[in-house]
Amino acid sequence: MGKKRFNVTVDRTICKACGICVAFCPMSVFTTDHDDKAVVSVPERCTGCRQCELLCPDFCITVVQVEEAADG
Amino acid sequence: MGEIHEKYLRMDKMPHIWCAGCGNGIIMGAFITAIDRLGYDKDEVAAVSGIGCSGRITGYMDFNTIHTTHGRALAFATGIKLAKPRLKVFVFMGDGDAVAIGGNHLIHACRRNLDMTAVIFNNHIYGMTGGQFSPTTFKNKNATTAPYGTTDPDFDIAQLCIGAGATYVARGTSYHARLLTDLIVKGAEHPGFSVIEVITHCPVNFGRRNNFESPAQMLLWQKEHGVAARKAKTMPLEDMEGKFTIGELYRSTEIPEYLEEYGRVIQAANEEKKS
Ligand SMILES: Cc1ncc(C[n+]2csc(CCOP(=O)(O)OP(=O)(O)O)c2C)c(N)n1
Ligand code: SF4
Ligand code: SF4
Repeated sequence: MGKKRFNVTVDRTICKACGICVAFCPMSVFTTDHDDKAVVSVPERCTGCRQCELLCPDFCITVVQVEEAADG
Repeated sequence: MGEIHEKYLRMDKMPHIWCAGCGNGIIMGAFITAIDRLGYDKDEVAAVSGIGCSGRITGYMDFNTIHTTHGRALAFATGIKLAKPRLKVFVFMGDGDAVAIGGNHLIHACRRNLDMTAVIFNNHIYGMTGGQFSPTTFKNKNATTAPYGTTDPDFDIAQLCIGAGATYVARGTSYHARLLTDLIVKGAEHPGFSVIEVITHCPVNFGRRNNFESPAQMLLWQKEHGVAARKAKTMPLEDMEGKFTIGELYRSTEIPEYLEEYGRVIQAANEEKKS
């Protein structure tokens, strides 16, 4: 069984630094930068649950499935 | 932003003006997802809003939209639906808009049962005007107009609408965004007046005054206090203290839809004209 991988991006230009994605990502994929804006720090942990995409009030986040690795 | 946002939002109006962490954006996302799932053509959707932060939603979505006056969105929507029954009419109101200044319109819209869907953003405060308490502010909460805490009991919007005769009533939250989309879809498909009360959060004018440290903490409150209606039925009453039910709360197909009733009047008038 290949492990699904996801590409998570944050549009920093529209992020309002609300902290919702950081608080609700069950896999702690996000951290914050010096402006408290969201940063995708550990994308490889993303399971594709899309909680961040649903809860970001500014639609800054996209989660896209990228590949199926043969191992893992 | 994804494809769905580009399809349904007025991208030239983005980013929206709602404050950091405000629930309104989450509700707008859940709504356009519902429209996408319903498969409605953008031109057959009419979105009507009143005044308030929540009312700004019609400026951001690419449907037939009208941003009306405070408390009167349902009156405009009623006119639109009667004049153009083919339109799928959605009405967006804040708690102040829907149950304070617009309370009378709301109960009579429920009573008439015209086929429209109302989405009520219940953030328990007047957001836009700076945090005055509304009819849904819980007792003992702080507001600019209640610096020592409110004294009034709060309205339960969903129960109010059931009592007034709405034929589909549901409650969702901005935290339970997937559920909210499902409830909007069901409300839209229901042939009659549907109300979806959305428990949401105003981090600025409610949260800061009432010991919420962040928007995330307010979403967590929704997660912890919203209980699925089905589950609530099996719970002891004391365990529901301070909590609220979410999901579909009421549905009836027994009461006639208003357009059908009104159709009879139109027919009678036409027949009289002919004779
Ligand atoms: C006739 C009229 N009365 C008062 C106002 C001022 N006013 C603007 S928004 C608002 C209340 C906003 O609260 P709510 O409806 O709960 O919406 P929110 O901003 O929280 O989304 C009021 C009283 C107005 N615009 N028009
Ligand atoms: S939820 Fe959205 S706006 Fe809030 S910090 Fe995350 S990316 Fe930024
Ligand atoms: S004042 Fe409150 S309701 Fe209005 S945009 Fe800001 S957070 Fe949202």
